[in-house]
Formats: sequence, C-alpha cells, structure tokens
Amino acid sequence: MNALDIMLWGVLPYVVALVLVAGTIWRYKYDQFGWTTRSSQLYESRLLRVASPMFHYGLFVVLMGHLMGLLIPKAWTDLVVSQEGYHAVALGAGTVAGVATLVGIGLLIYRRRTTGPVFLATTRNDKLMYVILVAAIVLGIVATLTGDHTPTGEHHNYRETVSIWFRSLLIFQPDVEAMAASTWQFKVHILMGFALIALIPFSRLVHAFTVPLHYLFRPYVVYRSRDDAPAAPSHGRVRGWDPIGTKDRERTKP
Amino acid sequence: MRIMAQVGMVMNLDKCIGCHTCSVTCKQAWTNRAGTEYVWFNNVETRPGLGYPRRYEDQDKWRGGWVRTKSGGLKLRSGGRFAKLLSIFASPVQPELNDYYEPWTYDYANLISAPLGDDFPVARPKSLITGEDTAITWSANWDDSLGGVYATGSTDPIIEKLRDEANEKIKFEYEKSFMFFLPRICEHCLNPSCMASCPSGAIYKRAEDGIVLVDQDRCRGWRQCITGCPYKKMYFNHRSGKAEKCTFCYPRVEVGLPTVCSETCVGRLRYLGIVFYDADKVLEAASAPDDELYESQLDLLLDPHDPQVVAAAQAAGMPADWITAAQRSPIYALIKHFKVALPLHPEYRTMPMVWYIPPLSPVTDLLKDQGHDAEAAGNLFGAIDALRIPVSYLAELFTAGDTSIVTGVLQKLAAMRSYMRGVTLGTGRDPELAAAVGMTPEAMEQMYRLLAIAKYDERYVIPKAHREEAHGLEELACSLDFEGGPGMYESGPFGEASGRPVPVAIETYSALKARQQAEEAASSDQLHHRAGMLNWDANEDAKP
Repeated sequence: MNALDIMLWGVLPYVVALVLVAGTIWRYKYDQFGWTTRSSQLYESRLLRVASPMFHYGLFVVLMGHLMGLLIPKAWTDLVVSQEGYHAVALGAGTVAGVATLVGIGLLIYRRRTTGPVFLATTRNDKLMYVILVAAIVLGIVATLTGDHTPTGEHHNYRETVSIWFRSLLIFQPDVEAMAASTWQFKVHILMGFALIALIPFSRLVHAFTVPLHYLFRPYVVYRSRDDAPAAPSHGRVRGWDPIGTKDRERTKP
Repeated sequence: MRIMAQVGMVMNLDKCIGCHTCSVTCKQAWTNRAGTEYVWFNNVETRPGLGYPRRYEDQDKWRGGWVRTKSGGLKLRSGGRFAKLLSIFASPVQPELNDYYEPWTYDYANLISAPLGDDFPVARPKSLITGEDTAITWSANWDDSLGGVYATGSTDPIIEKLRDEANEKIKFEYEKSFMFFLPRICEHCLNPSCMASCPSGAIYKRAEDGIVLVDQDRCRGWRQCITGCPYKKMYFNHRSGKAEKCTFCYPRVEVGLPTVCSETCVGRLRYLGIVFYDADKVLEAASAPDDELYESQLDLLLDPHDPQVVAAAQAAGMPADWITAAQRSPIYALIKHFKVALPLHPEYRTMPMVWYIPPLSPVTDLLKDQGHDAEAAGNLFGAIDALRIPVSYLAELFTAGDTSIVTGVLQKLAAMRSYMRGVTLGTGRDPELAAAVGMTPEAMEQMYRLLAIAKYDERYVIPKAHREEAHGLEELACSLDFEGGPGMYESGPFGEASGRPVPVAIETYSALKARQQAEEAASSDQLHHRAGMLNWDANEDAKP
C-alpha cells in the first residue's frame, strides 16, 4: 500500500462524492434555468427515437448491475447461487446491457456528428462529457471481459476486491488494500467513473437527478398563485437573451 | 362551488383581413430571440389550409388533447402517466422543425459588399439553424390567402374529414373557392392537456387570472407538452432547451393593458375580458359527450349578474373591481349572453378560452352577385345554408361538427345586419327580425354596438392585478424576456443558457422621470439593485 493507492482509493472517492453533492446543490440553487435535457429532437427525430431509449434503458440496466455487484456481498449470493452461475448471469445480462448502451450512444454520437443542426448545438462541455462517458463505458466492458485475470495469470474476482472496497467506503473505513489488489482494467474504469461522476453537476447530465417520478402522483391541473412580487435581481449576474441568428452554442458578448 | 376568474379573448373573424400585424408585433415583443426563430405565439392561418405547424389538427397523428373513455372519464390521447414516463427519452410524436419550417434570413451584407461585377448581387437566403445557404420551402403562413391551395388544400385535415364523412365536394377552383383567416394564440384552457402532460409540473395556471404559463426554472425539456397540446401552441426553444408559449402578455394584462396582439390589431377584432367559472365543475364539463360539449362549456361559465355568483365571488375574496369587470366583460356577453362566439375545437376537451365569432361576409357578396337584395332578411337566412364557406367546415372548427349551432350564430349575425339596415335607412326597427333569432330589439342594438362600434374601453375590460401597493413602480416582469443588451454579463460556466434567469422590471416612465429630476441621485435601493441601460439614470453622474 503506497501513497498513490491511498490517494486514489482512500481520498479521491470522497473528493468526488463531495464534488458531486456540493456541485449539484450549488447548481440547483444557482442554475435552475440551465437544468435541462437540452433535447435536440426538434432537429432530428428518426435516429433519436431508436438510439436514445436504447442508450437510456441500457444504462439503467447497467446501473442496476453495478449496484447489485457492488452492494450485495458475495457471501450472500453464494447462499443462493454458485459463483459460476452468478457470473454467467451477470456477464450475460451485463454484456447485453453494456452493448445496448454502447451502440445507443454510438448512434447518438453519429447522429450528433452528422446532423448539421445537432452538431452545431453541441458545446465543448458536451464534447468533454461524451468523451468521458464513452470512455467509462468502454473501459467498463474491457474490465468485464478481460479483468478477471491478473497479469500473472491468477484468477481475479472483482467482488472480492472492488466490491469490498466500495462497501468499505460507505462506512468511512476505506479498505485501500482490497482495491489495490484489483486488476488495472478495473482501476482505470473506476478512475474514469470518478471523472464522470465529478462531471455530472457541471454538465447536461444533471437532468438525471430530476427524473420526474412525481408526475405519477401529482394532479393534472396545476394552479399556482401569481408571485407576490416580480423577483428583483439578487446578484450581479444577468443572463441575457441573444438575437435571432445566434448559433445555439454561441453567445454574443456585451 | 370554487369560483375562479379567467381572462379570455374573443375574435370576430368577419373583421380579420389577414394582415399578420398581430403575429409580427407579438414576435417582436416575445420571440425575437435566438432559439425561438420558428416560434409564433400568435399566428394567422388561412382556412382552408394546413395551419401551423402543418396539419396540427390531425390528432390521429399528433395525439394532442383529451379523449373520452367508454366509462365517461377523460384520458390524455397520447397516453397515461406511465406511458409518458416510459417514452420520455424520445417523444414518440413530437413535430420536427420540418413540420414547422426552417427559419431563415437573407445575406443582405452581400448587397453592399459584393465586388463590382457584371452580375447584380443578390441576398441569398441563409438558414438560421445551420447558417448555410438554404432553399425556402415552407413558412408559418406559406399557404397564406389560399396560395398553393390547389396542391395543399385537399390535405387540410378538416377538408379530409368532411370528404370522408359526407363525400362533400369542396371546390378549389378559383371561382368557387372560399377562405377566411383564423388568428390563433394559446387557448389558456381551463383543462389544459399540455399541463397534464408535463412530467415536471412546470406548466401552471395562475389562480388569479387563469393565464397558463411555463415556469422556466422548473421546465426540464422533456417535451411532452408539445405532444399534449392539440393546438400545437407549445414550442420548444432549441437554444435554452425549454418549452415556451403565449403568455397572454401577462405583464400588460396585470396593469390593465390589452395584449400586444389585441392592441395592434388593425381590424380591432379582438375582445378581452374576464369570466367567472366553477373550477370544481371543469372535469365534469370536459367529459360531456361530443354533442353536448358546447353547452357544457357554456354552463361552466357563471353569470356575473347572478346575486348568488356575486356572493360566492365575494366570499372567495374576489376584489370588487374584478366582479365589476366580469359584469362588464365583453367576452362573457359574446360567449354566453348573445351566444355568437364559439370555442375552437371543443372536441379536444381542453375547454379553450379563446373563442371565435364565425365569419359571415361572403354570403352578402354572393347574394348581391346573384341580383338579390343582399341584406334583406329572407334572402340572408336562406343563403346561410348555401354559404361559400360551408357551414359544415365551420362546424368542424367550432362545434365538433354540429352545424345547427353555427347556423344559429350566422343567422343572428345576418339578422343584426338586416335589422340595423332598417335603422340606418329609416325603414324602422323590425322586432320580428330580432324575435326570429330569439333576441329582443334592445339586445340586437347592444350586440351591434359591441360588434360594429366596438369602442376601445368596451372591447377591453381588463381589471388590474392587485399588488399596486407593494409594487406600484413595476410595470413589466416577465420570465421569458431577460434584461439584456448593454447590461448583459457573460454566460455561466456550463455554456448555454446557464445561470439564473432574472426577470425584467421596467419601471413606469413617470417613476423614471421623477427619479431623474430628483434633487439627489437615486439610491441603490430605489433602483432595486438593478444595473443596465434600461435603468440608467442621468442623475447617477451627479453622485460625488
């Protein structure tokens, strides 16, 4: 256990979590107006209709798989199903979902690059987000497919290293050694995951935090009283509108 | 009874000349921003025609509004709550830019910057979306005044329906053609399906005046409202990623001014006022069978002269001037007293609050051309069934297909003409004529005054919002329009559209004048901590 391991697996996770929580709170308070999916369906719908659900539903399954693999101790599943059986199911479902996610985002990026208006509406922030998101997904698949053997050829089960480390983080007793014993594929995937998580509050990914589940319970017609007073600017920042003809990603300077 | 007030509009289609002044002034006021190039809160359609966006009335395709279930309940045509959430990643039936049009401008600079040459320089059309050269193939009023109707007319959803149902021949040959204009804004419905479709709950109806608005801070751009609205008056700002819609110019209405579209209407065809309705009965009224929809919607509106209604309004805390305004309301008079205004597409079951007086005018020309006395009562009545604008077409627009209601309205309008003709020519007031359409001579003359004389303060009866005390200085406060131009700051760190929106607050001219002429420079408090040219104060320079 060296200093780098402690930094990466003992300190960094908490820094990332802090950035995620504080960043999200800050953005929610500061930037409600920018909190949107920034949909480009108006420009192009045919590809989006296939690719977007494929990506999102795939991602949902992938997330569930992560939670299952990381949170449920191996000892528990061993009571129900053998390690081989668990692995086969996880690998099967995980690969299907992972490939759906990858193909989905591949189509989405293809669409973004080839449909003129969609590409024009792509900000640098978006591009960074796409790079990190795709990298995280690809590295995840690489880890799943090749990370089960150490370079010396020993068998490696992430549920005996990564998962133990992950659960130890939750009780603030980081088991750095467990993580340090994992293979490089998993380490790189996790680091890329950190980058992605840290990026969430500062990119369009925030829309995931406002999944409108309350829609299922609210009344159809919403009455709201007029604001008592027009809100006065409470700070110096003023977001102006731009004249017609300004590109979606551009901003006219004062 | 839960009594609520609703501002509404009535448009007298006989007077619309299709000049698009309302559309242009509205665009200048509200949607002259990047991201809303294709957005027309107000547009004027030629009927028959495709409308904007194209064929928006084809609900089999666009799936807007409500449908009545077998058990008599209501459900969104586009699906229930679960279905909507599951399809959130790609709205199944959202119109694309092609269904509206690709907005463009012209390369005017080329006209003066082109080098000297043999060819005359031209201003090429440039797409406002891509910035590239573009071919203009459609616009918000491409089929204006029946332009190209020979090719497009038969695809008008209403024409299609009439053909299917009655195999009726509607002609587009020049001599037999007919048309009228239909200006459209958001209907500010009592039972809005855009609101019901919004997963975020960002769309709301103001409790005070019923104006339907989008909370720009809470909208997350899920776009379900665009599918939900059967009138397709929800638009997606492709720059901010948020839904926007007609605001009924609420900053103006709050201070008693008519909306921009009404104020600038050349034909003076718009009427503004408030009506009282029973909010508890809305769902029931919206669930009525098709042939009772018009009546059920009328029943929803309460008579402001009824002492019980007045008592209920007072008990609900309605200000006295609002009750007076409801009693003087021109739209209540046209909708329920004279019963000459009709709702647009009541079959969508959203309980729209912008109503229309159907057009009559071609009939007199027709009769005159045939050598009849065009305004004699007998001729007029007989001719209504043979109108150039088929009554069945109007019925599809305004009464869910019930021609008898439209005929009744047209007969009233025709009788009014004939009756007033007698007054003008001195041949006497004909009470039988009034009685023939179920009206009294006095009512006939009142209706004439409201429709033909149409004084400004009778067309617009708008009670002010009650917050004068605290905010007497503020005239405008709008969440779509932001303080910009000279006082604008850089964008937030997230690129597009980040940062918190700051509503504009433009003071009244008198307040500005008083401040400028004051002995001392205005304090930061007086300026409400605002900066920018809009609030720049010459007195600032006097500060030591």
